[in-house]
Amino acid sequence: MTPPPDRRHDVALELDCREVPCPMPVIELARHLRDVEVGELLAVVAHDPAAAVDVPAWCRMKGQHYVGADVTDDGAPRYVVRRVG
Amino acid sequence: MTALPPGPADLDGASSTPLHPAAREVLLAALDRGYADPRRLHRPGREARLLLDNAREATAEALGVRPDEVTFAPSGTHAVHLGLLGLVRGSRRGTRVVHPPVEHSAVRHAVAWGAESGEVGVDRSGRVDEAGLVEGARSPGVAAVALQTANHEVGTVQPVGAVELPDEVPLFTDACASMGRLPLPSGWAAAAGSAHKWGGPAGVGVLLVRKRARWRNPFPGDDRVDERSTGFENVPAVLAAAASLQAVVAERDEVNARQHGLVDVVRHRVAAEVPDVEVVGDPDHRLPHLVTFSCLYVDGEALVTELDRRGFGIASGSACTASTLTPSHVLEAMGVLTHGNVRLSLQRDTTRAQVDAFCDALPEVVAEIRSRVGL
Repeated sequence: MTPPPDRRHDVALELDCREVPCPMPVIELARHLRDVEVGELLAVVAHDPAAAVDVPAWCRMKGQHYVGADVTDDGAPRYVVRRVG
Repeated sequence: MTALPPGPADLDGASSTPLHPAAREVLLAALDRGYADPRRLHRPGREARLLLDNAREATAEALGVRPDEVTFAPSGTHAVHLGLLGLVRGSRRGTRVVHPPVEHSAVRHAVAWGAESGEVGVDRSGRVDEAGLVEGARSPGVAAVALQTANHEVGTVQPVGAVELPDEVPLFTDACASMGRLPLPSGWAAAAGSAHKWGGPAGVGVLLVRKRARWRNPFPGDDRVDERSTGFENVPAVLAAAASLQAVVAERDEVNARQHGLVDVVRHRVAAEVPDVEVVGDPDHRLPHLVTFSCLYVDGEALVTELDRRGFGIASGSACTASTLTPSHVLEAMGVLTHGNVRLSLQRDTTRAQVDAFCDALPEVVAEIRSRVGL
């Protein structure tokens, strides 16, 4: 089910939160948002099922744009965010 | 004279609530009078039968239904299973149940066990997509629609009486979160309630089946006073549950108005005083006693533990705080933050001082947990 690499979003920074539970993936997003420029993409890789809900909810609450989910080479879910402000 | 600080507050009334004072005396008296088998024709049996019939009549009157529509079950969960699966078994159209994803796990487990699931969405407040529900009900093979009276986690009241379903598709309503507190809606063929949520004893569920509903027992039958019931009735508990229900209905105008106002205080103070928080559920069309919010960057288990240390008992829909490792399916379906979740639900006697004490303590607790991760 892994999409080919060209179907994946081209992100400026990818955070590896594979092994940590929520809320850590969202905490890492908040910590590293300013490591990318406005308009660039930031992604978090997380196995925790809560991330699928919490990353879009975080974007909504913090005024960022949730781009969508894709999958890494090793099949882990990856959630992609565009920094808006 | 300075006011004493309020003591510890159990703010988890939606999980279970203490026995109503009106139920306690009834229970104690009935323990001695209602022990016998209500099917027996001897004096103790007739006495138990009288109490059981009284309980059924009082419950029916409090809920505005007929006594022969009331069955006592061993729990709210069992009443849900019986009510919903009995409609499925009685259906001539099929075995599919159309329902929103925010139904209680008792409904979801019943569907997984004995029917097929057809889910329709909810909006951000948790309210069902009414048009989607009706459209889903019209499709072939649908046995029943399941729609809760009000959501147990976020309090949103569902439009049970307003959905216009096809004639052949009955509606089951899980009224466990609202029974006694809110009048029963119209439009259902079967309904379920749970006594320990309104101040009756645990171990008493109420199953309601409308007189003309096509309902067939989905489980092995029994030979009781009531053909829908299973096993030996707990007559004292059932009578105490009925007494409590009558009392709750009699006082609900006053209690609901007070609780609705206290929940408004929590909704406003939490939103104003805690940064990065989302108060969820319908702000107006909701259960009077319940409010839910989620705090960014906060672990739900830490929140429950720290609030408990300060004397506040609350529930949480976040993963690791419940019986499962997955987050609340209700919050997930609504698309709202699942971590850092708090469900606060008032008891009958919760005071403004207790609510203010909770609101005073919360910002510091949240800030302290956030500081652990450097936020």
